Amino acid sequence: MANIIDDETIEYVGILAKLELSDEEKEAAKKDMGRMLDYIDKLNELDTAGVEPMSHVFPVTNVFREDVVTNGDGSKDTLANAPVMKEQAFKVPKTIG
Amino acid sequence: MSILELTAVSLGKKIQSGEVTAVEAAKAALAQIKARESLLNCYVTVDEEGALAQAARVQKKIESGELTGPLAGVPVAIKDNMCTEGLLTTCSSKILYNFKPTYTAEAVLNLEKAGAVILGKTNMDEFAMGSTTETSAFGVTRNPWNPEHVPGGSSGGSCAAVAANECFYALGSDTGGSIRQPSSFCGVTGIKPTYGTVSRYGLIAYGSSLDQIGPIARDVTDCATVLEAIASHDHKDSTSIAREDLDFTSALVDDVKGMRIGIPRDYFGEGLNPEVKDAILAAAKVLADKGAVVEEFDLSLVEYAIPAYYVIASAEASSNLSRFDGVKYGYRTAEYEGLHNMYKKSRSEGFGEEVKRRIMLGSFVLSSGYYDAYYLKALRTKALIKKAFDKAFESYDVILGPASPFTAPKIGDSLGDPLQMYLGDIYTISVNLAGLPGMTVPCGRDSQGLPIGLQLIGDCFKEKNVIRAGYAFECSRTYEAPELAKPCSDWEPAGQSGIAGSVELKKEVQ
Amino acid sequence: MSRQYETVIGLEVHVELASKTKIFCGCSTAFGGAPNTHTCPVCTGMPGSLPVLNRQVVEYALAVGLATNCGINQYCKFDRKNYFYPDNPQNYQISQLYLPICHDGWVEIETAAGTKKVRIHEIHMEEDAGKLIHDEWEDVSLVDYNRSGVPLIEIVSEPDMRSADEVIAYLEKLRLIIQYLGASDCKLQEGSMRADVNLSVREAGTEAFGTRTEMKNLNSFKAIARAIEGERERQIELLEDGKKVIQETRRWDDNKESSHAMRSKEDAQDYRYFPDPDLVPVWIDDEWIERVRAKQPEMRTEKMARYQSEYALPEYDAQILTGSKHLADLFEETVAICGQPKEVSNWLMTDAMRLLKERGQEVESLNFSPENLAKLVNLIHNNTINRTVARGVFEAVFTDDVDPEQYVEEKGLKVVNDEDALKKKIEEIIAANPQSVADYKAGKQKAMGFIVGQTMRAMKGKADPAVVNTLVKEMLEA
Repeated sequence: MANIIDDETIEYVGILAKLELSDEEKEAAKKDMGRMLDYIDKLNELDTAGVEPMSHVFPVTNVFREDVVTNGDGSKDTLANAPVMKEQAFKVPKTIG
Repeated sequence: MSILELTAVSLGKKIQSGEVTAVEAAKAALAQIKARESLLNCYVTVDEEGALAQAARVQKKIESGELTGPLAGVPVAIKDNMCTEGLLTTCSSKILYNFKPTYTAEAVLNLEKAGAVILGKTNMDEFAMGSTTETSAFGVTRNPWNPEHVPGGSSGGSCAAVAANECFYALGSDTGGSIRQPSSFCGVTGIKPTYGTVSRYGLIAYGSSLDQIGPIARDVTDCATVLEAIASHDHKDSTSIAREDLDFTSALVDDVKGMRIGIPRDYFGEGLNPEVKDAILAAAKVLADKGAVVEEFDLSLVEYAIPAYYVIASAEASSNLSRFDGVKYGYRTAEYEGLHNMYKKSRSEGFGEEVKRRIMLGSFVLSSGYYDAYYLKALRTKALIKKAFDKAFESYDVILGPASPFTAPKIGDSLGDPLQMYLGDIYTISVNLAGLPGMTVPCGRDSQGLPIGLQLIGDCFKEKNVIRAGYAFECSRTYEAPELAKPCSDWEPAGQSGIAGSVELKKEVQ
Repeated sequence: MSRQYETVIGLEVHVELASKTKIFCGCSTAFGGAPNTHTCPVCTGMPGSLPVLNRQVVEYALAVGLATNCGINQYCKFDRKNYFYPDNPQNYQISQLYLPICHDGWVEIETAAGTKKVRIHEIHMEEDAGKLIHDEWEDVSLVDYNRSGVPLIEIVSEPDMRSADEVIAYLEKLRLIIQYLGASDCKLQEGSMRADVNLSVREAGTEAFGTRTEMKNLNSFKAIARAIEGERERQIELLEDGKKVIQETRRWDDNKESSHAMRSKEDAQDYRYFPDPDLVPVWIDDEWIERVRAKQPEMRTEKMARYQSEYALPEYDAQILTGSKHLADLFEETVAICGQPKEVSNWLMTDAMRLLKERGQEVESLNFSPENLAKLVNLIHNNTINRTVARGVFEAVFTDDVDPEQYVEEKGLKVVNDEDALKKKIEEIIAANPQSVADYKAGKQKAMGFIVGQTMRAMKGKADPAVVNTLVKEMLEA
């Protein structure tokens, strides 16, 4: 494998993606990601110099809404699926400012 | 002939003429579901009560002349990544095991307006990531042609349900082939429309720039009719396109005289199963015999579509799926210490292996120092692929090829080697990258008896070319249904060995 | 401290825009409301929901950019900034990194040291986060998404400021411009204007910048000034001790007057920005720019000139009145009713300012109606009340926005112009103060003042002082 993913990288990606892997999963993830990146490196065969990166397939611009209030009290729906709530708000472990 | 053997459009006609009622149709489908689900597992949720109530309401509106459309009263199955108000919507993931949306996806609303009766929500690869429906948290769906085999994915539940007559048609979604590949594996017809044709509002995103909702049905007529019903310019979806040519059924003509059809040589290289190859070339000959001008050409860049796709789709997915965090909806881990531990445990326990794999890859390719090398490189490759298609469509009206290099693999054979599984998407993925419409039409079976699908690709906004070619081809053959599609015993009222019971069972996360 | 240090400051100013609805959905932006009432699937990150951009947000951002001499990226896009925090329902914030709407502008500030240009690096549009309420009873936080999706612009300056004074002057300048445009009310206390301070120190005379820190949670101009002083001292102390400044984000605690690092292993500060696939780019054509430019309201300089020419106000008055859009509006609306610009100006500049100062309030909190101030001015003009009485009436207007006509009537504050009654009263007072009369006759002018004062007091201030003066003089000399 050309791309070697080390423990540090997997740990870092875990922080970014908020995923916690067991040691076994980490080993598998290192191998999978390395292999996948090797495969993706195939793109380097292509000369893309001067090619604009294409985010959207169609050159559509300026899709707007007008500044008009269309929504009323949405609290019932918003909270309908809350795993834990209190006083009409979502309850989460204490955040430190 | 049993009600179940009718196509959606022919059932719709019988409902309009009063030969069949919407309630009878719903009951027939529910009976089939009840008989087949323990084996096939096409559905995550069956809404027996809701379907019957809706059927009764629709029937009244049909009788009063309020609903006159071709799909009024026809039962449909919806892939479980489309929001349905008050009805469990899980994306086949533990992380949404209890999620009941408070609103309905625009495409589904459009169907409801057309008088559709929703039977339930179909199984899929978790968050549409996979090609076999094996990554579902609610168990694999089995292929009605051979239950030892997968139905394909990610819309495996929808395609299998159509093939097994557990519904009259279904909605699927397609990010890299998720309608076309399982349609091929299950011997049914499916369309992925041009990006922006069907609103994505309410479709739980996987790769936002690639996702499109589309119809899955038994024939091209049904698909064109359903597409006409679900396509709309939706102001809630900024990427929804204002189109005027949405009369897809007008292209249902058995005439391909002079139609220019290109076959990419690049699609017929290494890795293509010879039986599939023969079936596809035979289908091309059918169209040529009907007067189409068929020739081979070099599309180029085919091998770069998969790596570009996995960078773009994974990157978007890593961001799209970050909202599943145990705060607002869905699964939250039972025990945790502090905020970040809650996030990590909820997500690690809630997501399956394949989803985690793609989230990690996506997070990595976007991370500091890699964005240019991976993400921008992939977007540049996408631009080149689009250009290659633009060039091809200067010469051809339709591109013809296989939907998949092989027929449905056995359950358990694919997940061990993810990269190998990804390679199976080689013919479908570039269509999503370029935003094109593509359709799968059944074109035969292999020596094991498993279906083979023909893929027809059109230029942007040229669904009609694809529909016309598909319809002309379909006119040359008869629809084949698996044994398991055979209508089973008559409808029995629920409650004895009721469907509701089996549904409850499936809600338990496996 | 042997060496001389220079402070280098750049600001990231967040301003909540005045649009009626959120940036990507039709929910109201009204301040307050019970938790999660101003929410919908879009601003709470419900699965399947999609954003659609509010046109007004682009208009406001464009207006602020033009008013701060920015270049406009006519093709601009939105990017996702990915990080996990519960106030951010999607766990990404829709913002602009690669192609922000405005770039390379400047504003001129005035400080004691003279005028100076502060350059603006860029202005971008983004969505605000929800509010976290720290529970008083349990060790938990509660999330309210009412503010989630409220439109913001972030104005990023170049590191051009060198002192707290310059920072305050810059913020006041920005606030004035934005208020004049009507793009935001810029209330620091309500959080509709917030500033993060990037600060580094370097030895005086050196070119290279030192390592900077970013200071957050600054809720008032005073807190900003204190935080700048505190952080400057902290960094100099580190350097003097031979230690290094670490590039980090710090949170200011204004009660403790100190800051602490917000570092955590879980905050990688790697935001993985990428173009939001759910939103299409914005194309601002020349015509749109010209339309916004043409719609730009009169700004402060023009207003100052007009006040001097149209209302014949002294430069000083014009300067004070235009120093706040709210004050200027109040002035113009009052004058439109009662005329007498100088009289109106005097009330606003002296009595109103004095009362604000006494009560520790901002100009923005002036909330009496122009109609009532106009009535007061007219009561004086018609000699219905005298100036001494008017002061008291103004205070009532200032505090409770009372109707002066009604107030004067109810309290019986009208000037007494009945000469006979006055004369009678003066006679009584003269009779009671023979010594003062004698003094006056002996040439002591002051004695007359005493009689006048006594008369005014006896009349409870309601007499016209000029009339009293004349009468007293006449009667003493009689």
